[in-house]
Amino acid sequence: MSDFVYQLRDVTKEYNGRRVLQVDGLDIRPGEIFALVGPSGAGKSTMLRLLNFLEHPTTGRIHFREAEFNPSRPMPLKLRRRVTTVFQSPLLLNRSVGANVSYGLRLRGRRNSGRRVEAALKEVGLKHMARQRARTLSGGEAQRVALARAIVLQPDVLLLDEPTANLDPYNVGLIEDIVQALNRQRQTTVVLVTHNVFQAKRLAHRVALLLEGQIVEASDVEMFFESPRDPRTAAFVRGEMVY
Amino acid sequence: MFQAIQLIITRDPALFEIVALSLRVSSTALLFSTLVGVPLGAALGLSRFAGRRLVIALLYTGMGFPPVVIGLFVYLMLSRSGPLGSLNSPLIPALFTPGAMVVAQSIISFPLVGGFTMAAVMGVDPQLRQQVRSLGATPWQTTLAVLTEARVGVVVSIIAGFGSIISEVGAVMMVGGNIEGRTRVLTTAIVLETSKGNFDLAMAIGVILLGLAFLANVAMLSLQGRAFSNE
Repeated sequence: MSDFVYQLRDVTKEYNGRRVLQVDGLDIRPGEIFALVGPSGAGKSTMLRLLNFLEHPTTGRIHFREAEFNPSRPMPLKLRRRVTTVFQSPLLLNRSVGANVSYGLRLRGRRNSGRRVEAALKEVGLKHMARQRARTLSGGEAQRVALARAIVLQPDVLLLDEPTANLDPYNVGLIEDIVQALNRQRQTTVVLVTHNVFQAKRLAHRVALLLEGQIVEASDVEMFFESPRDPRTAAFVRGEMVY
Repeated sequence: MFQAIQLIITRDPALFEIVALSLRVSSTALLFSTLVGVPLGAALGLSRFAGRRLVIALLYTGMGFPPVVIGLFVYLMLSRSGPLGSLNSPLIPALFTPGAMVVAQSIISFPLVGGFTMAAVMGVDPQLRQQVRSLGATPWQTTLAVLTEARVGVVVSIIAGFGSIISEVGAVMMVGGNIEGRTRVLTTAIVLETSKGNFDLAMAIGVILLGLAFLANVAMLSLQGRAFSNE
């Protein structure tokens, strides 16, 4: 097995000439939960869009398995489909919960996916809601459906963009448990974007701090929280403003 | 109303011929305008390209274009001395045929289908496209997902297109000629009967036209599926 899932080299992203991300080098290892923390506007979501190949970098290259993703070269569909994202605000299709969960499988031409859909819904505790219209769900239920529609695809990499922001503690705990189980049982690599340092501490194996589009520090979770190398990391961990 | 019912009950062959031709011409035109208008509306709503604003301005202009002017344009194009009519191609319909009427009606309705489809597609949260793509959708699958989410508006666009042509008279009169047994449709028949002073018959045909429009719209509404329910 390769010693990285992603390898980012000299990656930048600009919008209208304004640089929002600059990552000189970053490796993400297979089977780890990698948390990306930082204040709002630091470039965390931009990073996830690049890791999901939804946008091209302005410069640099992202290696994913054997393929390279750069400003001009797209990621082959087969590999792109090994990665999926759960967004902060899930937008479900105006269909039943079951149809939403099976949607990604149908995109891949898999028609008879009833058992997998059922299993995914069971995993998030919503098996009894398969026939319900998705738009009638509460915020926490909708986020769990979004998680089910991602894990039913059995991705190699699961990207989570503030998945528990604005959720009640019950749903936060539930989603964190599901993510940890997925990582342990299927060795799914997870990249978690969060501004909640406590959540990063609870879930992650490694953590990186992103400030103004640049990675300040990336290290194992103990080192990140117990003995950070950079004073800005120490300040962020203490909950001080580091803008 | 009584005469309309009587015409239907007695299965007046001339009337049934007119009804059949009206439905054939308008449904064929609607099919063409949907095949052009929906993809055009989706493209304008989902993509950004040079000249997009100009295309939208032209589309909006087309939405309010007088049908009689379109009839005149098609007449000039298809007449024997016109740029298309002079080609004598079997693919280009001749004037005073149902084919010419289909061409005119297609031109009348496709801007409506395209314009309303564009508005419907633009009403779908742009984040949805990103989320669908993150689930592994190709660009084509993403477009289809957006159109499906916007299906209420897309069906309204098709209904608007249908409404603009089933009730249209100027253009079909001009390019069809209202020839009995060949190009006479419900609207041109109403005009003819009115000019002859047969107001009862004209009214009866009008009632039939209204009924057909109602039934067609009910059928198209079913395309919107359960989109209205549970919201």
